[in-house]
Amino acid sequence: MVEWTECERATIKDIFAKLDYDSVGPAALSRCLIVYPWTQRYFSKFGNLYNAAAIMGNPNVAKHGKIILHDLERGVKNMDNLKETYADLSVLHSETLHVDPDNFKLISDCLTIVVASRMGKAFTGEVQAAFQKFLAAVVSALGRQYH
Amino acid sequence: MGPARQAAMLSKKEKELIADIWESLTPVAEDIGADALLRMFASYPGTKTYFSHLDISPRSAHLLSHGKKIVLAIAEGAQDIGQLTVTLAPLQTLHAYQLRIDPTNFKLFSHCMLVALACHMGEDFTPVAHAAMDKYLSAFAAVLSEKYR
Repeated sequence: MVEWTECERATIKDIFAKLDYDSVGPAALSRCLIVYPWTQRYFSKFGNLYNAAAIMGNPNVAKHGKIILHDLERGVKNMDNLKETYADLSVLHSETLHVDPDNFKLISDCLTIVVASRMGKAFTGEVQAAFQKFLAAVVSALGRQYH
Repeated sequence: MGPARQAAMLSKKEKELIADIWESLTPVAEDIGADALLRMFASYPGTKTYFSHLDISPRSAHLLSHGKKIVLAIAEGAQDIGQLTVTLAPLQTLHAYQLRIDPTNFKLFSHCMLVALACHMGEDFTPVAHAAMDKYLSAFAAVLSEKYR
């Protein structure tokens, strides 16, 4: 199980408290689909993903981005129990969606960059490290039920 | 994939975008470079092992000068991406025979550089700029490790 310092907990909760989920979620997912276009393979039913503008304007992408961020919030509320929190989602991604778990890291990196661009200087090296530690723990939990 | 091919993956527009961004960052090279390095040390403590001979505390002279060196090399490469192998030849030799930094670390540094750019440029670090920059930094790292073996 992951050990969190008080400082890390506070930092992570603080970041999420200040995030505009409905903007950041869509921004992170669309960025992932643009920067790593092969990830589009999982979204063939989403409609027009033809270019960056289409992706950023796609309502299905936006909707899914919001869902992802709200699901991350569950992790923030259950930082000491991530494996159980994400067990069902892990099974879903493995057995139904057939998503290569390497992709979780790609969207994590895009989310980090979106948050960095919103927070600017406040996203210090220490804040980044705590945020990335949290995302890595979620990514690990999401990969747990793959077999 | 060879580095020359990686560089060729960049469109003309992307190359121009990358060149413009790095040109605009040259005046703040030491700040961006030091910021990226500090982020890397904070998130990936193993990377500090390559700097045991320097003072890498925030705002130290070593950190600023080293950050500046790295950014200026990246910026120079960006001015003519097609010629990366030529531009970086001396640095290739340095990294292969003297520094011998494990190339996995280049990915870690590149990621932290992207984060530093995002913090600095805010909304201007668009998804298209991010994609182009990620491709460029990957090509740069590949060229740097070309002489390793």
